[in-house]
Amino acid sequence: MNILGILFNFVVFPGFLFSAFVGLLLTWVDRKVTARIHWRVGPKIYQPYADFLKLLIKETIVPEGSSRTLFFLGPLLGVISMSIFAVMIFQMNFDPTSTFVGDLIVMIYLLAVPAIGIILGGSASKNPLASVGASREMTQAFGYELPFLVSMAVIVLKAGGTIKFGEIIAVQQSGGPFLYSLSGIIAAVVILFTIQAKLSFVPFDIPEAEQEIMAGPYIEYSGVTLAMYKITRAMMFFLMPLFLVSVLWGGLTSWWAVLKVLLFVVLIILIKNTNPRLRIDQALKFFWVGLGLLSIIGLVLAFYGK
Amino acid sequence: MRRVVPIGPYHPLQEEPEFFKLIVEGEKVVDLEINLGYNHRGHEFISPTLTWDQVPFLVERICGICSDSHPYAYVLAAEDCAHTSVPPRGQYIRTIIGELERIHSHYLWVGLAGHFIGYNTVWMWVWRYREPLLDIFELIMGNRNHYAINKIGGARRDILPEDYPRIEKYLDLVEEKTKMFTHAVLDDPVIRARLEGVGILPREDAVAYGVLGPTARGSGYAIDVRKDDPYDAYDKVDWDIVVFDEGDVLAKAKVRLLECFESIKIVRECLKNMPDGPIEAKVDEIPPGEGIGRHEAPRGEVFHYVRSDGSNMPVRHKVRAPSFMNIASNVVAVKGYSIADAALVLAAVDPCYCCTERTVVFEDGKQKYSGQDLLKLSQAKTEKIRRRYRK
Repeated sequence: MNILGILFNFVVFPGFLFSAFVGLLLTWVDRKVTARIHWRVGPKIYQPYADFLKLLIKETIVPEGSSRTLFFLGPLLGVISMSIFAVMIFQMNFDPTSTFVGDLIVMIYLLAVPAIGIILGGSASKNPLASVGASREMTQAFGYELPFLVSMAVIVLKAGGTIKFGEIIAVQQSGGPFLYSLSGIIAAVVILFTIQAKLSFVPFDIPEAEQEIMAGPYIEYSGVTLAMYKITRAMMFFLMPLFLVSVLWGGLTSWWAVLKVLLFVVLIILIKNTNPRLRIDQALKFFWVGLGLLSIIGLVLAFYGK
Repeated sequence: MRRVVPIGPYHPLQEEPEFFKLIVEGEKVVDLEINLGYNHRGHEFISPTLTWDQVPFLVERICGICSDSHPYAYVLAAEDCAHTSVPPRGQYIRTIIGELERIHSHYLWVGLAGHFIGYNTVWMWVWRYREPLLDIFELIMGNRNHYAINKIGGARRDILPEDYPRIEKYLDLVEEKTKMFTHAVLDDPVIRARLEGVGILPREDAVAYGVLGPTARGSGYAIDVRKDDPYDAYDKVDWDIVVFDEGDVLAKAKVRLLECFESIKIVRECLKNMPDGPIEAKVDEIPPGEGIGRHEAPRGEVFHYVRSDGSNMPVRHKVRAPSFMNIASNVVAVKGYSIADAALVLAAVDPCYCCTERTVVFEDGKQKYSGQDLLKLSQAKTEKIRRRYRK
């Protein structure tokens, strides 16, 4: 593959532009469904795009006394990691043989990077509320990574011990999706809650609780940098349900996969709209005690082939 | 390490100009400083420049949410000064409006409390069922807010018998929905986890700080002017004080939700027993002297004092609003809890939003509606609502 093809993959399809476009579309789905649940009308379909474009032409203000490099690195990290993630997930889905040893671990790392970007940016802002938000984000990341990794181990175990993402998809395409088993369902539930936390959606929007710490890490961000955070969030909103469908529900085999992704998106929106925000200690307890135990039960079940 | 987390004067949590300076160690609040006085409007100073009958229109603009409470307490004070007795029908009308206002104010708080814990669905749903009540206010008095129902000597407007079914229909709706919300709040484990045992205000502190209304009743301090010093129709109907002993935010929420049922009971009974006759007594002049009026506003007792020298204007008018007492108790209630809880605890006393926003619509750089246009639009809408409900 020539260098132009790689660049095209990274920037246009299925990298940045495509996943951002679909992500913003799903953001609109989120806003519309939320609005209908609230008995409101909701925005027009172009509203997330308009918001994004408007942010691009706004002035970017860097707070005095902040660390400039880290302040700009924070939002950039998320966009880059999600673009690479998008390229990988689509490449493996279309061509499961193009996999390499340990790419699942790379993807797990890439999924953790946006949180690191938020922590960096929030700590670099020199704002007490932003640093409170960053420390909450850090605590929450400690919480949700544990059950997430255990559930990934369930998937690896079910795929016969491989840590190749392409092979996980291939195994499912020949032997049926992992979701149709008890441990698969448990893993799906755990990953769904993890996605909720990674997206910072209610009940886990603790790092950016607008009523408590006024958007937390994002408080000093404006213009392009804020737009980058938003676009990272939109891309995650698209890619993480897709990841869930890929590792548990057979991957992008047919057009049905679109509906599967949408189902998880709607589930996330429903969880978001039927719960109040937890406190950070409660969230940590939920992830370590509740979901941690659940995912270990799933691991044991997977070990015995259930 | 101690840090300061500011809440206010402009903050998405409370859209009112108040400044809470949270002194935190990590996430834990160790101290609180309260700064008030960003919105001084000099009502007590303006009041002696107006005639006795103009003052109710002034004082109902002290607060947009409890805009019946202030004129209510004021007219009670003026009637106390003039030794007037109000005809029964006027008393019943004022009681009904006072209780309907309590329902709408408590609904407002429940919605906002949902918003403060990030549960926007509760916010939108509660406010959806608050909306028909505002329509009823507009139906009866021509305004969604600032009802102008109170007048020295009685009520300014009559509640027409053809409107009774409309109000009763709404009461049925609101009773059903309050039941739904009460269950939703009490049965939801996540809401309970956020509200239970948070922001505890012990009874001794409640008494020491002199807190009022649901804040006091949630701390086991049964204080309610409607029972302690009954006025108008409150001693002619049967109702109970709602008291809970826990003192946490959940107790305050329970007090407010259950008080809605009591208000529904009072309004129903008032409508059933509504006497006939005049709605107001003629008050020609206020003799020299002084008078006090106490009314149980949705947030607690609101107290008005007036002094007359026999002229057509009060010489002194003193107002004490319940939020002034309640907000000070935050110092006790918020200490030792996290920042996440602080947002909720500060809002749990239902601080009164003393300013209602004004709107100016601009289109192509020009003001779209003048004050006169807005008045005409508003009158047209009132007519529409009346046509819809009264046919």
